[in-house]
Amino acid sequence: MSRLQEKPAAKWSRKDLLELREMSAEEILLILDTARSFREVTTRAVKKVPALRGKTVAILFSEPSTRTRISFELAAKRLSADIISVQTAQSSLVKGESLHDTARNIEAMRADILVVRHGASGVPHQLARVVSCSIVNGGDGSHEHPTQALLDLFTIREHIGHIEGLKVSIIGDIAHSRVARSNIAGMTKLGAKVTVCGPPTLIPRGIEQQGVDVTYDVHEAIEDADVIYVLRLQLERQDEGLFPSIREYAATFGINSAKMQRAKPTALVMHPGPINRGIELSPDVADGSHSVILEQVTNGIAVRMACLYLIAGVKAGE
Amino acid sequence: MGEGMNSGHQIMDSEGMNRALTRMAHEILERNKSIENLILIGVRRRGAVLAERLAELIKSIDGTPPPVGAIDINLYRDDLSTVASQPIVRETEIPLDLKDQKVVVVDDVLFTGRTIRSALVALMDFGRPQYIQLAVLVDRGHRELPIRPDYVGKNLPTNFRDVVHVNVREIDDSDEVMVEVSNE
Repeated sequence: MSRLQEKPAAKWSRKDLLELREMSAEEILLILDTARSFREVTTRAVKKVPALRGKTVAILFSEPSTRTRISFELAAKRLSADIISVQTAQSSLVKGESLHDTARNIEAMRADILVVRHGASGVPHQLARVVSCSIVNGGDGSHEHPTQALLDLFTIREHIGHIEGLKVSIIGDIAHSRVARSNIAGMTKLGAKVTVCGPPTLIPRGIEQQGVDVTYDVHEAIEDADVIYVLRLQLERQDEGLFPSIREYAATFGINSAKMQRAKPTALVMHPGPINRGIELSPDVADGSHSVILEQVTNGIAVRMACLYLIAGVKAGE
Repeated sequence: MGEGMNSGHQIMDSEGMNRALTRMAHEILERNKSIENLILIGVRRRGAVLAERLAELIKSIDGTPPPVGAIDINLYRDDLSTVASQPIVRETEIPLDLKDQKVVVVDDVLFTGRTIRSALVALMDFGRPQYIQLAVLVDRGHRELPIRPDYVGKNLPTNFRDVVHVNVREIDDSDEVMVEVSNE
């Protein structure tokens, strides 16, 4: 009997998918279970099902992104939805139209789901209040990136079989990372023990209140970890003087094969991409036997299909 | 039990179900001559259980079981926006390319035919079978589409609002077919 049949799944009733912090463990598990079915779809010769035929998904990204946008587009296409992709650099936003008006216009064109990425935290929440179509957060500022964390959880669960009881170390710029924030929320809800590691200037004060341990010693973070989650060093933050130099960061916190000597043989190395090769992650580790980074990308489509499918099934006013 | 429903009464017990499935296994073999290029595909969830049982019964008659697959039709439903609560999507497992295969789709209850329509559309995404046949344990009538089963365990005249449950021990701990008769 497959794991899908082991337990009754929660019922999905959310209009929007905004953050993992507000979601229950049952809701997260429902998405992960549903994504298993969709991963099977993506392995077929015909990688398309008619589940969202007649629905329209609009993708509104005001921050550069290739993989998340393509991943959402492919997910929507494989569900047979119609897609509108709005790149804000080419949109009326540059003519002074407000984001609210853009969203309202897209809604007036009868879009059912609006996937939003924005550089400012909280924008998807705001839009969810002004439009009646569903909003999916594709990453907002340094707040959350829920679908990234869901695909990370999915990848871990597929490899190890469970999340509960695992030791996960998240290494890098925790303070600016929406990926870290979503993952901390999701992983702790599902019972993993999360340790964050990075330079003190890049670890928010009081983060222990979110139920995580803190270490500044990368060797300690690697030892015993079932999952070593390496964050992208946001080079654009380098101007803020939060760490002395990229070279020093790479030497101290960069994960290379020498540091990986201490890791468990079964440890997974993960990264949300894009990788700064040779800075936070050396190429031999990024492409090595511990790495599941490309699987994360593949699984992203199945997880986003599951999110779009579940949200599309919620009727207006429910 | 739904509102306005009588307590259910049993239409088939474990023995009756087994007899019906054994007869269907014989009929499937007879009609298709052999298990060569034959595959049974059950509609999740209870149809998939019945497909496994039919394969075992065919093995007891012919010596070899045909391969068995399972299909989830929820992604192919035409009523996603009208169903009361969202269906849980389960995995589809088709062990081989269906090109030129003789496919027998297995389900527990045949009612409006919409589930089978969805199953047929889904199966076409896995290749072009030589032909597709339909085996159901209970045919309760009220078709809304031109779909007719090839193998039937029991024809059961019902009112549209009645509810037919097929329980299988693998999921429900017992083998039986129950009907709840509507008072409306």
